[in-house]
Amino acid sequence: MATLKDTLTTPIFKENPIALQILGICSALAVTSSMQVTVVMCIALTLVTAFSGFFISTVRNHVPNSIRIIVQMIIIASLVIVVDQVLKAVAYGISKQLSVFVGLIITNCIVMGRAEAYAMKNPPLPSFIDGIGNGLGYSVVLLLVAFVRELFGAGKLFGIEILPLVTDGGWYNPNGLLLLPPSAFFLIGLFIWALRSWKPAQVEEPDFRLAKHTVAKEGV
Amino acid sequence: MANNDSIQKTLIVAISLCVVCSVLVSGAAVALKDMQVANKLDDRNRNILAAAGLLVEGVPVSEQFSRIETRLVDLDTGEFVEGMDPQSFDQRKSAKNPATSLVLSAEEDVAKVRRRSNYALVYLVRDEGELEKVVLPLHGYGLWSTMYGFVALQSDLNTVAGLGFYEHGETPGLGGEIDNPRWKASWPGKKIYQDQTVALELIKGSVDKTRAGSEYQIDGLAGATLTSRGVTNMVHFWMGQQGFGPFLEKLKAGDA
Repeated sequence: MATLKDTLTTPIFKENPIALQILGICSALAVTSSMQVTVVMCIALTLVTAFSGFFISTVRNHVPNSIRIIVQMIIIASLVIVVDQVLKAVAYGISKQLSVFVGLIITNCIVMGRAEAYAMKNPPLPSFIDGIGNGLGYSVVLLLVAFVRELFGAGKLFGIEILPLVTDGGWYNPNGLLLLPPSAFFLIGLFIWALRSWKPAQVEEPDFRLAKHTVAKEGV
Repeated sequence: MANNDSIQKTLIVAISLCVVCSVLVSGAAVALKDMQVANKLDDRNRNILAAAGLLVEGVPVSEQFSRIETRLVDLDTGEFVEGMDPQSFDQRKSAKNPATSLVLSAEEDVAKVRRRSNYALVYLVRDEGELEKVVLPLHGYGLWSTMYGFVALQSDLNTVAGLGFYEHGETPGLGGEIDNPRWKASWPGKKIYQDQTVALELIKGSVDKTRAGSEYQIDGLAGATLTSRGVTNMVHFWMGQQGFGPFLEKLKAGDA
């Protein structure tokens, strides 16, 4: 039985949902062009993962197997709507920028994956912690990606100018590609490479190996 | 645990879960409604200020908006409507009400608004009593969605002072570029009317500034022909006789 602390920290680097399980990539591409939006998205996702884990785990012994996915979806969807409503009330500008992506947390594979893989089999408290851990794992990757994208793509961090742009009379010529979604692919790829070089255990077994080249020998 | 899968249990779990979740969701929606409405209003006012080029970052929007006069206009006569509170007027509701709206025929309805409200809000920016700018709300159909925005005119009621959209569902990156600040910056200084008719339009490609008539042309959006056409139609409708045309004439004559 893993301790609560392990449950919290394992998903951050050891079993990172994005880097190891390659889940939740779509929102990682879409919302990482500025730090501010990314932070809000990370908080929203972490809360939804944690609370959905908690509630699903609470009712796990009463969920009929035939409608188990639907039950999980209803709980997740309700939480997401509440988060969306709260954002619209307290951070209207950011909720406008996040637009559809808050709603899409419902279909974020991390939330569903953790509900099915962990919360259905474990008590509420560990499920809650597991949700926070996975949310943090997601956040680590997103924040790193957003940091690089906003700093080198727009010369800013949290909207504050760090590298003065050429267009504003500075010296930094921004890399426009970084503001476009595909750049997040490259960054996540590099991040996964770095992480797997650090923890080689995460490297997947290749699907097949090339056989050694052999010269046919005669008459042996 | 085996009886979890009985039909009875399945129904009980499904129904009670739905009840609990719907209470939670509707509770949140109702409790937060006031704040959301206030935010929406703030956002709309911010867009009006931005379209007029008056928005100053860091100052509360409500404070900046206080210098703007909101009036209600009868679109048919072009006169200000007295005795109705502009604050409580909702143009979208009004457009749906048969008593306060006009059904447009197909050839009139270039912007596909279908029903046009008889009244519309206008926002007047005055500088020591003199009219400085007028901000007019517009909407029209683009490719996927109705685009809602504002256009600001200079005091000659012909030169564009700015443009902005606050609600649309066009394709991000293509039609969604109507939000692009660089494109929006190409609007100020353009003229709407040429010899009393609406001439402003979005053209394919970029505007050749050396050619005659370029003040009536705006760069089309690359890869968004239908959205561009929608914007042109929207301007034509709302600046024409079915739109703010009568009002602008009256305002120009100084007796609106």
